[in-house]
Amino acid sequence: MNLPDIIKFVIDLLAVLLLALGIKGLSKVRSAREANILAAFAMLLSVVGLLSYYLGTSGIPSQSWAWIIVGSLVGSLLGTLLAKKVPMTSMPETVALFNGFGGMSSLLVAIGAFLFPFNEVAKAGSLEPFINDASISVSIFVGAITFSGSIVAMAKLQGWLSTPGWTQVKARHFVNIVFGVTSLISFIYLISGNVSSIWLLVIASTLLGIGVTLPIGGADMPVVISLLNSYSGIAAAAAGFVVDSQLLIVAGAMVGAAGLILTQVMCKGMNRSLISVLFGGSLSAQTTTSSGSGEYTNITSCSVEECALTLEAANRVIVVPGYGLAVAQAQHTLREVTKKLEQNGIEVVYAIHPVAGRMPGHMNVLLAEADVPYEQLKEMDVVNPEFPATDVVLVLGANDVVNPQAKNDKSSPLYGMPVLDVQEARTVFVIKRGMSAGYSGIKNDLFDLPNTSMVFGDAKKVLSELIGELKDLGVGDK
Amino acid sequence: MNFDSLLWVLLLGSLLGLELIGKVPPTLHTPLMSGANAISGITMLAALTAIIKAEPNSPLLIIGSISLGFALFNVVGGFFVTDRMLAMFSRKPTKKNK
Repeated sequence: MNLPDIIKFVIDLLAVLLLALGIKGLSKVRSAREANILAAFAMLLSVVGLLSYYLGTSGIPSQSWAWIIVGSLVGSLLGTLLAKKVPMTSMPETVALFNGFGGMSSLLVAIGAFLFPFNEVAKAGSLEPFINDASISVSIFVGAITFSGSIVAMAKLQGWLSTPGWTQVKARHFVNIVFGVTSLISFIYLISGNVSSIWLLVIASTLLGIGVTLPIGGADMPVVISLLNSYSGIAAAAAGFVVDSQLLIVAGAMVGAAGLILTQVMCKGMNRSLISVLFGGSLSAQTTTSSGSGEYTNITSCSVEECALTLEAANRVIVVPGYGLAVAQAQHTLREVTKKLEQNGIEVVYAIHPVAGRMPGHMNVLLAEADVPYEQLKEMDVVNPEFPATDVVLVLGANDVVNPQAKNDKSSPLYGMPVLDVQEARTVFVIKRGMSAGYSGIKNDLFDLPNTSMVFGDAKKVLSELIGELKDLGVGDK
Repeated sequence: MNFDSLLWVLLLGSLLGLELIGKVPPTLHTPLMSGANAISGITMLAALTAIIKAEPNSPLLIIGSISLGFALFNVVGGFFVTDRMLAMFSRKPTKKNK
């Protein structure tokens, strides 16, 4: 080993260590922010290590410098711009987009490495060509699936794409198998020296990514994004084999494995198995035809004024925020309402279902943005025993996570999903735009219960009316 | 490195990843996913290698450069967006007193 080798070796080791510490730190509230910065620093370090290695050995041609600078400037600038501008409510889509671009990067670099072999080892033939081609194929395959799948996931979350009925036909599995088999065949052609079959591989794996993601309903999208995130790690690890970099392989493998664990956690929160998410299709499309539908018989609706009167008399209020709240951008208005209640000596707590919002933790982020104290956010297991001692529950844009069917009705598709026991409280107000079903498309038995009142209207509008009513009642004016 | 030692690296890296995050509070699921996603942009190293090793005037320069752009979009954007989310959790007596 000569000096540049040793330096690179040390830097790579350090970078891996810092990345591992970064991922670990990201899983604890206290250290998360520093850990994120640490991981970013480790990435910078790895780039410095790579550049200094080539500067110390073969040198870096000036033309390469130019392309490096152009590529990194454009990518970083656009990425920064998006990261700073995007509203907090569209976090899941943003992560999906970033993830897709990561997959695209692995895909491109693998195509480049195949068409214009730059690895001396591969050229000289000391690294078996089979292994080289196989790594390239895996990188293309996983990279393309990550890219097309993430873009579809993003488009669905943004509402640009719906779940068309024809994607729910059973034949879709056959179509996807055809895409998969085509990928495999083109892979075999590719290793046997047929250069042009690389394009077939690119096309087939891209279509496979679309074919698998498109039929999945919006409610399951977070799981899919988490899984695709794991894929992009695998794609990076495969690219590591292509360019013979241990650092890439370790980092890719870590992200791939950690992504799998996260995916598992999310599935548990929704009581769905990964298999049923991936192959079960959209829950809503199935259930509207079979079980779960039915008419509401006993809906009580009430005015904002009545709601305010009940709130004023309460001692303890639990707020159940859902995605509807996020869509209406009402988290700040909600905070104003709860501030008023708190000033009147009413205890306010937020019950956070594990999958509130569109992703686990998404709702916490949104409420934190509105300055809700961290201590007031309570997780489901903690808050569930507290409902019987609660006067008023405000359900804001949440639906399936408060459906008692999940506990009582064995025939319901929701059965077994952990839910918030809001019906145990004295009074439940559900603020909702209309009687439409939730993401699962299933009737919510909660709405029929005698202690439930519906307040119809857009969450933000209702909440700001509520502020007015509370003011008239003299709540919060000390 | 020869292939089998790279496979060892892959195996041990995966095991490390499985062990790293055992218990995560739900609050951190989205930021953690976003942070891990930024790290997966480490393919930028592969893109850099391709650009450096490309012959002058090779189309590989362009492919590598585009690939690098995509990767850095993922990395830089990913870390910034994660920081934005996490910044909201930090107790903020300093930030609020404005």
